[in-house]
Amino acid sequence: MAKRTIIPFGPQHPVLPEPIHLDLVLEDETVVDAIPSIGYIHRGLEKLCEIKDFNQMVYVIERICGICSFGHGWGASASIEGAMGVEIPERAEYLRTILHELSRIHSHLLWLGLMADAFGFESLFNHCWRVRETVLDLFEKNTGGRVIFSICKAGGMRKDISNENLKEMADTLNELKAEIKELTDVFINDASVQNRMTGVGVLTKEEAIELCAVGPTVRGSGVVQDLRLTGNHGVYHELGFEPVVEEAGDCMARTKVRIREVFQSIELIGKAVAKIPDGPVDCKVPKTVDGEFAIRMEQPRGEAFYYAKGAGTKFLKRMRVRTPTNINVPALVKMLGGSDLADVPVLVLTIDPCISCTER
Amino acid sequence: MERIPAVQNFESVEVSDLISKVADFKAEGYRLVQICGVNLDDDTYEILYSFDKDHVLTNLRLDIAIGTEVESITGIYWAAFVYENEVHDLFGVKFNHSALDYQGTFFKISEETPWKPKK
Repeated sequence: MAKRTIIPFGPQHPVLPEPIHLDLVLEDETVVDAIPSIGYIHRGLEKLCEIKDFNQMVYVIERICGICSFGHGWGASASIEGAMGVEIPERAEYLRTILHELSRIHSHLLWLGLMADAFGFESLFNHCWRVRETVLDLFEKNTGGRVIFSICKAGGMRKDISNENLKEMADTLNELKAEIKELTDVFINDASVQNRMTGVGVLTKEEAIELCAVGPTVRGSGVVQDLRLTGNHGVYHELGFEPVVEEAGDCMARTKVRIREVFQSIELIGKAVAKIPDGPVDCKVPKTVDGEFAIRMEQPRGEAFYYAKGAGTKFLKRMRVRTPTNINVPALVKMLGGSDLADVPVLVLTIDPCISCTER
Repeated sequence: MERIPAVQNFESVEVSDLISKVADFKAEGYRLVQICGVNLDDDTYEILYSFDKDHVLTNLRLDIAIGTEVESITGIYWAAFVYENEVHDLFGVKFNHSALDYQGTFFKISEETPWKPKK
């Protein structure tokens, strides 16, 4: 019988930018069980709704994450708007969709870089992040921020982006396509990358559904699940959106989903820029929030859930945010079972974990 | 593509009916989206269970007096352990028969059950 060993992995580990802990139960070098632990940096941001009014809460929720901050600001705004019964102008919906997809490109390029670093391709890591800088420049030019944008508010957008700037954004992204393709071809075609990712960490379609996985993690297992299909946020229903799905369920499939989504986001931005109507970008909202509203957003890492419950004052009674990493942890535990110890860093990264989001 | 509005489905459920209701949802192909606690007043919590089917959200409200123990749904949706342990650590709600009970150590927080009303 193989010797059983328990190896603590994290919360501080070279491959982890943020703290998650796994107790890895090994037989020789094979992981037979993994027990996750989080909660090292829990911030309790949701609780701040009792002392920050609904306008301030949008900025608080935006700070949950430095990668998908725009989406969180949008989710918080949309849940408050829903509780108020407010419908925002169409141009604001278009602007939100455009910036959300720009965030997805930013997030996936960042993840591709981290993944390259995890399997030892440092130059590829640097090139992915170099390309991502152009995306951050677009954010800075159009919102004033590179990480936190503070452009979304309950009632629409805090400021407009000119049609000229939007056109320039779409053109810049189109020019980036060739460079992104050159980089992503390495992920898909390089033999040593394939060795590290193909057939590794397989999550079957049935397992992905059973474990309630979300985002590229579930779509990499052949499940058509993408909140953008509903069109209940943004203008995806007007852009001919079709979700990206891969069937294999392994690390390579999840990587391919994200790679294809980068190109898809560039296309969606181009279509949105071509169709965006003129008009106002915000509307008046009541001074107090009553009622409640639950809405979900398809963040780069997957479905995020936002729930606002008003208290009849300018403060909310409850602001709930369930982020994608929260619910991808069970799927990660499943993927780790039966894997080699050497594959653990790649497997952890493959769900694109954001502990900052999880520890909101 | 048809736009599906963010329909607000909220149903109330009693503690005694929770497991059978959740088991029905599982059998009908619903996905667990989240569980969260809400402070209603100094004596009452609402536990909100959210489920998805075909991209439509349905929420179950479970109103309980503080101190009420609730049956865990991890036997039906194993992934619920992340939410139940969170609600336990922040609000102090005890979930019985959990498939993965961290015994209050899921979140390493300096204060025990910080979101439980202080009387």
